[in-house]
Amino acid sequence: MAFLETATSPEKLRRIAIDPLTRVEGHGKVTLLLDAENKVHQVRLHIVEFRGFEVFIEGRPFWEVPVTVQRLCGICPVSHHLAAVKAMDAIAGYRRLTPTAEKLRRLMHYGQILQSHAVHFFHLASPDLLLGFDSEPTRRNIVGVAAEYPDIAKQGVLLRKFGQEVIRHTSGKRIHGTGAIPGGVNKALTKAERDEMRAGIDEMILWARDAVRLVEKLHLSHPAFYNTFGEFRSNMMGLVDRHGALDLYHGGLRARDADGGTIFDHVDYTTYQDVLQEEVKPWTYMKFPHIKALGPETGWYKVGPLARVQVCAFIPSELAENERKNLLALGGGKPVHGALLYHWARMIEALHAAEVIRDLLDDPDILGTDLMADKSERQEEGIGVIEAPRGTLFHHYRVGDDDLVKFCRLIVSTTNNNQAMNEAIRAVAAEYVDGRVITEGLMNHIEVAIRAYDPCLSCATHAIGQMPLEVDLVDGDGALVSRRRKNFSGAA
Amino acid sequence: MKLVVFGWGNSARGDDGLGPLLLARVAQANWPDVTLIEDFQLQIEHALDLQGSELALFLDAGRNTPAPFAFREIHPRADLTHTSHALAPESVLSICETPLGFKPPPSFLLCVRGDTFDLGAPLSAQGARRLEQAWLFLRELGAERNPEVWRARITGI
Repeated sequence: MAFLETATSPEKLRRIAIDPLTRVEGHGKVTLLLDAENKVHQVRLHIVEFRGFEVFIEGRPFWEVPVTVQRLCGICPVSHHLAAVKAMDAIAGYRRLTPTAEKLRRLMHYGQILQSHAVHFFHLASPDLLLGFDSEPTRRNIVGVAAEYPDIAKQGVLLRKFGQEVIRHTSGKRIHGTGAIPGGVNKALTKAERDEMRAGIDEMILWARDAVRLVEKLHLSHPAFYNTFGEFRSNMMGLVDRHGALDLYHGGLRARDADGGTIFDHVDYTTYQDVLQEEVKPWTYMKFPHIKALGPETGWYKVGPLARVQVCAFIPSELAENERKNLLALGGGKPVHGALLYHWARMIEALHAAEVIRDLLDDPDILGTDLMADKSERQEEGIGVIEAPRGTLFHHYRVGDDDLVKFCRLIVSTTNNNQAMNEAIRAVAAEYVDGRVITEGLMNHIEVAIRAYDPCLSCATHAIGQMPLEVDLVDGDGALVSRRRKNFSGAA
Repeated sequence: MKLVVFGWGNSARGDDGLGPLLLARVAQANWPDVTLIEDFQLQIEHALDLQGSELALFLDAGRNTPAPFAFREIHPRADLTHTSHALAPESVLSICETPLGFKPPPSFLLCVRGDTFDLGAPLSAQGARRLEQAWLFLRELGAERNPEVWRARITGI
């Protein structure tokens, strides 16, 4: 049993629940069990998994799925779009894309990585990092950052906008685009579109590099804190290309242990079930994936930026690789595991994404018009895997003779990070909550650890007027002792 | 008067799609001199879409909104926060001022009461009725594109 996962006598303990009540498919909740001295005995992150995703997809025509899945998540629709279409390539009988089609898909994907990482860092993480975990909660937001750091905030807006424009030019629309279809893409890039993006990309690269340096500076200002906050040792997993380089669009699965040793390498992702399996726990709807050969106790892993930059042998773009080396130097040859290092790694990936976008725009193939591959024999089953902004994303489908999806299984990035996020908040609870009076600032420490993973807890729906955060203190008999709410204005 | 209209939400989630559905009505009606923006949720870069416009309208669905809909003027608010990736429209207006450095246009929110937000759910029967009511109201707004006239139509929420 993991540290602080299950208390030995929960009936004697007080229960605190940090419970964001917003968003339909993204309802996450943290519960802590404390004794009379506020000593922590149990910490759990419960996530109501993406309920109904599979049911939503099953029964639909397979060619419709790459568009339909974009409605699963308003945060990373492009990632679902591309993972689904990779699976449908196989089902429809397309084995190898044309160079132009693959490069256009890559351009779309790296545009998504750039905009997602930018919005996470500048919008979600920077308020904590720049203003302080314990700063006034009503100012701890992007607007507070904008007031104190206007240049940084403006760059965040424009980086995000640039990434969105890449998506629009490659998919045809801001949302609900149909750019990728089984066998290729349905929209060529015009020279005017290419030139427009090319004119802006050098500045984006510069800003992305500045963002990396900003995170580095923050870490170096207080290394003992930044390097160890929410730290725990774990395995790591991600896609790499055939040379072992970081590849966010396509590759083989590689897993390393906490010391950097290889667990498996270049695994064909269509055989993922040979190396991974999921465990169910009674206290959460969300499954716990782990490496089959190691079992659930020691086989869990983390995914996403911090895992990816350490799973790969190198990043195949110059500036990002230099920054990766700076980050890894912290470990003195061993992997680093602090939760806040995710932010550093995320900005390195944003820089890499900007460099890749530049290189793709300079590639003559990007203006090609040969968009569809040759078709061969149709298959019943298809598996598509991609490195989404938050980590490895699996889409697995089976289709009947009637072309309707009869089986759908998604393992999303947040699910892959389930155990890792639980470990992070347990580390934070043990360090910062144990034996102390619960305050909004302490609650936020736990949220900071979760946010480092950028989990997709809230996505494609919203409703004005819902309560963002509620914390209940309940005694051992389940009676409510006190309730704290953070209202929509952020006041506790 | 240049108008920008935002409709946001997810039409695969029942009444959450009321904003985009209203936006689609505006598109069908071919209003002149209008920019239409649809998205799953509001984000920081939407502030850029307000640049150069003289009037802005946000179309949304709300769980706790008085039925059938509420219409109000909104202003930049720097103190709104959130725990997710989405921004309130008031925060988008605030980003226009800081850091982007321009004054947002007079802005209004038309929020339609929604009841069902589950993935795969269709628009509810009540949601469909409210959509029609909101569209009648919206057509009248479109006919007189004037902030003073719109202020006179505020529903009090």
